[in-house]
Amino acid sequence: MHYCCFLNKRKTNTLKNCGFWSKVLIHIHQNVRSIKQLEYAVLARRANQIQKELSQGVRKPYKELIDVCWGDPHSMDVKPLTFVRQVLAACVYPELMSSHKLPLDVRQRAQWLLGRCDGGSVGSYLAPTGIPEIVQRMSESIRSRDGGVPCNPDNIFISPGSQWSLTNIIQVLVNNEAPLRTGILTPVPCHVTTIMSIKSLGAAVIPYFLSEEHGWALQVEELQRALESAKGGCNPVALYVINPGNPAGYVQSRKSIQEVIQFASEKRLFLLADEVYQDCVYGKNSEFVSYKRVLAEMGPPFSDTVELASFHSVSKGFMGECGLRGGYVELVNLDPNVVKYIFNLICKDSTTPVLAHFAMDLMMNPPRPGDPSYPLYNQVRNNMLVQNVKTAHEVVNSLPGFSCQPVEGGAFVFPRVFLPPRAIQKAKEEGMQPDTFYCMRLLEEMGVLVSPGCEYGQKEGTYHIRFCIMASQDIIDQVLKRLTTFHTKFMKDFS
Amino acid sequence: MSQQAVNGVPCRGKVLTVDNMNPNVKRVEYAVRGPIVQRAVQIEKELREGVKKPFTEVIKANIGDAHAMGQKPITFLRQVLALCSYPELLEDNKFPEDAKKRAQRILGACGGHSIGAYSASQGIECVRQDVARYIEKRDGGIPSNPDNIYLSTGASDAIVTMLKLLVCGEGRDRTGVMISIPQYPLYSAALADLGAVQISYYLDEEKCWSLDVAELRRALNAARQHCNPRVLCIINPGNPTGQVQSRQCIEDVIRFAKEEHLFLMADEVYQDNVYAEGCKFHSFKKVLFEMGPEYSSTVEMASFHSTSKCYMGECGFRGGYMEVINMDPEVKTQLTKLVSVRLCPPVPGQALLDLVVNPPQPDEPSYITFMKERTAVLSALAEKARLTEQTFNAVPGITCNPVQGAMYTFPRITLPEKAIDKAKEEGKVPDMYYCMRLLEEEGICLVPGSGFGQREGTFHFRMTILPPTEKLKVVLQKIRDFHVRFTQEFS
Repeated sequence: MHYCCFLNKRKTNTLKNCGFWSKVLIHIHQNVRSIKQLEYAVLARRANQIQKELSQGVRKPYKELIDVCWGDPHSMDVKPLTFVRQVLAACVYPELMSSHKLPLDVRQRAQWLLGRCDGGSVGSYLAPTGIPEIVQRMSESIRSRDGGVPCNPDNIFISPGSQWSLTNIIQVLVNNEAPLRTGILTPVPCHVTTIMSIKSLGAAVIPYFLSEEHGWALQVEELQRALESAKGGCNPVALYVINPGNPAGYVQSRKSIQEVIQFASEKRLFLLADEVYQDCVYGKNSEFVSYKRVLAEMGPPFSDTVELASFHSVSKGFMGECGLRGGYVELVNLDPNVVKYIFNLICKDSTTPVLAHFAMDLMMNPPRPGDPSYPLYNQVRNNMLVQNVKTAHEVVNSLPGFSCQPVEGGAFVFPRVFLPPRAIQKAKEEGMQPDTFYCMRLLEEMGVLVSPGCEYGQKEGTYHIRFCIMASQDIIDQVLKRLTTFHTKFMKDFS
Repeated sequence: MSQQAVNGVPCRGKVLTVDNMNPNVKRVEYAVRGPIVQRAVQIEKELREGVKKPFTEVIKANIGDAHAMGQKPITFLRQVLALCSYPELLEDNKFPEDAKKRAQRILGACGGHSIGAYSASQGIECVRQDVARYIEKRDGGIPSNPDNIYLSTGASDAIVTMLKLLVCGEGRDRTGVMISIPQYPLYSAALADLGAVQISYYLDEEKCWSLDVAELRRALNAARQHCNPRVLCIINPGNPTGQVQSRQCIEDVIRFAKEEHLFLMADEVYQDNVYAEGCKFHSFKKVLFEMGPEYSSTVEMASFHSTSKCYMGECGFRGGYMEVINMDPEVKTQLTKLVSVRLCPPVPGQALLDLVVNPPQPDEPSYITFMKERTAVLSALAEKARLTEQTFNAVPGITCNPVQGAMYTFPRITLPEKAIDKAKEEGKVPDMYYCMRLLEEEGICLVPGSGFGQREGTFHFRMTILPPTEKLKVVLQKIRDFHVRFTQEFS
């Protein structure tokens, strides 16, 4: 999108005098304009059209579309957790608490949560930093997760989602009055919203490539190269990592995390650790360890100097409550004077929904063995996703023309697709990125919507697709079946 | 780089310091939750710990939070939201049919029939359609296009998004945004955050806080020297002042905006909160369209509404929307892109908004109870508005304009010279000193007028009229007694 040069006042008046009315709102800030239009938008438009055609009875090789683009478990038939929804319903409509249809632990939890709200209602504003007792419990849960590493509730700031928190912290880091533009090291591939947040605030993205051949490993030499490349162009202030990964499904080893921390310390970079998939780990030999824990265990000087912000949310994991919009950031080793300003910023921005904050408590303090809701809660967790990952990985890797690194964690499969030169040529003719072309064809012929690797960034000349495995087994089976049929034909047609 | 010794060992400077952080963030202040509220929270803690004080509770009359002050939620709204949260309840015959129908419709529009799924960034389509229909009905049939409706995380989110879109340019070309004095401090905070130029126009306290176009013109012309004015923000009904703009005034503002080529932002979150005789809410959009195509097809505008005020008071759900009028289509594409960075507004808030714009109809089972509850809330507020004005005007040294609408009173207080001096000694702005004393002595938390802006040499405070009537009477009496004592102390 290009905009004409800035309409200054004189020009506007002249245009007005000519009887031509020009809009007030034409010139938009460069930051907003720099947010790229998504490849998904093109695919979504076509998907909407196909949906209309299907509902009008147009014959297609499939009866319905399957959209596995987004990390949105509920929309892919993963059921909400009963305990969570019972508690939320009781909080919204406390009359339910007098009913014995709800288990005792549900009623007790709802009562406790409501008792912490001003006026005993989920309709009152939350204090910007949340309900102290809930945040206290969150901090205890984090401490327990991190093997006893202390967690100060004053360093936890809740928000309507991890991206919201990330945007706030980036906002504090970005200095538009400095001589050089603020730069943030970001992985390739990287999920889209983070890139959009960085750009919309006027900062520069400094890409560092994850090594696909090594299971998407983060290599320090590559971080070094990326940092070098930024010299003179921008001022690198922060390093963004996402672990477990998105779109690539890696889980960083302790050693890898230590190397990153050492690098950040050496190069004086602020660490932004996006850990929203911490509860989504499948690899038999993989384990999620938080950046905070590794940092603490490294001891001084790292443990009390490296500045870190860790992000989490209620959108992923077992709960998958994306629509509630709840997340938080934990700050480690920040200058207390800076934290004061962050607090001010959050006060103005104070917009976390009460139900989302409750969901944080339910996520981090789930039913325990012995609680009436525990058996059901425990039964639902995990099993299905592990199976999905296994199946998806096996099926995709068995297809010639696909190669998929191990999916140790996260919500997505991100296989590399080796597109034949003729397909690449055809894509160019149609004015599309080659992997977008592949996705478009998959959509048309099989009614499956996945997203192209170009959306996330990839090494020049490589192509990928991303699709979500946090879905019901039925949906995954359907997707894999259709993908298999399509891929085999596509490769044959363009060989 | 700050070098501080810790335990005798010099530590290296921080990467992120107050010197190298975003300078705009340092300029952000938000009086409604500022230092006085922090002190109030501290006092509450002390009370819980058993510290003796001249009062047993802190009354937080600083923020427009109805439920916190004891206002009851509307039954129908909560029933539907409970059904949406736990759809198994649809089998429960204790819920009325109309509630179940609404819940099923909303769930049908959600991914996987769950409010836990992401919605489209602009908001669930059928909710936007319902909002458009509500606007059409409210505005006497003037069409509203659902594509021009953007659901948001409360109205504040939409306001900030719109400002992000509007603010650009450098130096003398930096965008200037006109906002009233006094104003709701979200605006000044957002403008500071974005590095926009704030152009203040004064409301006329002598004339019931009315808006005068001559004053708008004065402010604008002065501002043209150092910035590029592009936006005019109006809050109607007003916050903190409570004035409800007359239709004539709204027309004058629209005419002014057209003449001066300004984008209008109409904050209308208190549209149901109108109490005074002879006052009526006129939506900016309705007036715009009734002024004919010369205006209705040219003036660019955004109107804002939310689920936090009116009779619902559901601040905690973060529901809201904006309607954009006459926006350039390419800019609209940019707006759509910008809102997608936040993924989507909270789905329970969207569901709640749907109910607010689509309430029980006369032929539905929940109608009678719904109307009874709604009327009770609004009439109680009207009564409290009147009571507040009356009580304050009877106190020597306090003058109070009629609370025509919204949820606040913004009385002017006369402070003795000696009190102003004392405040200066303590390094406080005089009305902050006054409010702090009131908090410490009576446990009542108000926000000083300096947080909202006021004419030089005048002092005010903002108090909400939300506490239940009996409690409000006590609060008013305590403020009255405090004011008399305070005046005597510094005579």
